[in-house]
Amino acid sequence: MNSLANDRAARLAEIARETRISIVHTIDAPRMGHIGGDFSVTDILVTLFFDVMRYRAEEPGWAGRDRFILSKGHCSAALYSVLARAGYFSPDLLASFMAPLSPLNGHPNRRKVAGVEANTGPLGHGLPIAVGAAVAATISKSDYRTYVVLGDGELQEGSNWEAAMFAGHRRLEGLTAVVDRNRLQQGARTEDTNGLDPLDEKWRAFGWEAIVLDGHDHAALLDAFEAPRIGKPRVLIANTRKGKGVSFIEDRVEWHHKVPSREQVALALEELAG
Amino acid sequence: MNQISVSHAGAPETFDCRVAFAETMIALARENPRIVAVCNDSVGSSNMGGFQKEFPDRLINVGIAEQNMVGVAAGLANGGFVPFVCCAGPFLTGRALEQIKADIAYNHYGVVLCGQSPGLSYGELGPTHHSIEDFAWMRALTDITILNPADPKQTRDAVRWAAQADRPIYMRVGRFKVPAVTPEDAAFEPGRALLLRDGSDVTLIATGVLVSRALAAAERLAARGVSARVLNMMTIAPLDQAAVLAAARETRGIVTAEEAIVTGGLGAAVAETVVQHHPARMRILGVPHFAPTGSAAFLLDHFGLNADGLEKAALELMA
Repeated sequence: MNSLANDRAARLAEIARETRISIVHTIDAPRMGHIGGDFSVTDILVTLFFDVMRYRAEEPGWAGRDRFILSKGHCSAALYSVLARAGYFSPDLLASFMAPLSPLNGHPNRRKVAGVEANTGPLGHGLPIAVGAAVAATISKSDYRTYVVLGDGELQEGSNWEAAMFAGHRRLEGLTAVVDRNRLQQGARTEDTNGLDPLDEKWRAFGWEAIVLDGHDHAALLDAFEAPRIGKPRVLIANTRKGKGVSFIEDRVEWHHKVPSREQVALALEELAG
Repeated sequence: MNQISVSHAGAPETFDCRVAFAETMIALARENPRIVAVCNDSVGSSNMGGFQKEFPDRLINVGIAEQNMVGVAAGLANGGFVPFVCCAGPFLTGRALEQIKADIAYNHYGVVLCGQSPGLSYGELGPTHHSIEDFAWMRALTDITILNPADPKQTRDAVRWAAQADRPIYMRVGRFKVPAVTPEDAAFEPGRALLLRDGSDVTLIATGVLVSRALAAAERLAARGVSARVLNMMTIAPLDQAAVLAAARETRGIVTAEEAIVTGGLGAAVAETVVQHHPARMRILGVPHFAPTGSAAFLLDHFGLNADGLEKAALELMA
């Protein structure tokens, strides 16, 4: 890795550390949230928003913006933390997460929060919408790119495979999906519930370019996002750890939406202090 | 008051509204490059072959995948287009109901959901292919405008209005042939009932296929000395409450008639309004349960969704 790439990855690592701290505070306020998935997806969101994607936070509706859709909408605390840092709204607003009448609902609402492209929450909705946005770019000959982040358990929803089949058929080069492959769904491990492996081969069979990588490795994420396109939609199978960054949360099924106690909040912040 | 064209045989000429729909879509697409169509292998049944031929890049056929179809339409709207989703009504509203709720209504994307061959159109194919629940399902979703054009003119006007409305819309596109019932000079006013015949004794509120039958019933009632008001309620949601309440106040009862299940549709919407604001006697005509085997024409008669049934219901209210 050259020094420039090193610098980019190091910068993203620091932003990711600060984002996880923001997530802890965001969830601590209402004592609600999905910390496990927030932490597994953090490095993916940070890499996209603070290096890869083209957007204008001061002009959220700019037609040329890259589209980002968080299909796993329950990880809104991570998304909101990133959007606030990106300048879509004041970080002060994070303190209202899930408070009565706050724009920061438990699942994102594009009509209330700048930077949100689609109201997600029910699983299996993000990829079809992203496919539509990518098709729109081909018809209008726009050069924006479309990114969608999917949970791995979410891939048990059949609508994803309807969309995957169609994206492969249309050879949607402007579309990149990222699977947050933390191997845990709400109640158990994915492979003990309705197994997904071999996941990369499934996507390839649907006409996608599949890249398997460490979803916490910013340099690897940058390489994968920036690799030359080969005339197909691209999926990154991002191997991640649910709860990544805090030892007692990491890779434990009970932390899907468990909220850390005040004592655990202090411990988590201590670990994230670096 | 109606300018109904009459064929040489003397019976009113009838029309398949899909023709007016397809012609208007092509005309609109010529004017507006943002108009696109989204289909689920339904190019033929939606009569969109001409559109596809002229605008191959702007007809997106996702194959037999209705959930993806509706999500893709939301994404196309995100990308700046005005998608018209063309799909048989039962599969559009049933299979993709959560996508319609979350991706279209809650997101408030300007997508026009076109329920093709709605109601009992697919008669003999049976209840799996009937779209009689669509009004009830769509009414339960806030923010969706529900249109049910009664004839080719209303179909043309509805398509043109929907293209610029920039909001979630569900509209039926009729397959069952209907006579023209809308005066050529009638203004197109979504959300407003269209008064087709004034009357002071009883009100017939009909939608879609049932409008011409309500007019026929009013003729029969007139012969009996009963003055029937006929409202074409093209817009199921939002309901024209003022017209409904005027009918409740000014006439002795209301008969509603729709090619839809009787729970949750037009009749239910009218009842919700009058029961809270001006209780009135009512009869709700529609489809009471899964239909038996039969053509659309047979089934409409079977369920009393014809001039006879409307006349009888009106006379019951007058008794």
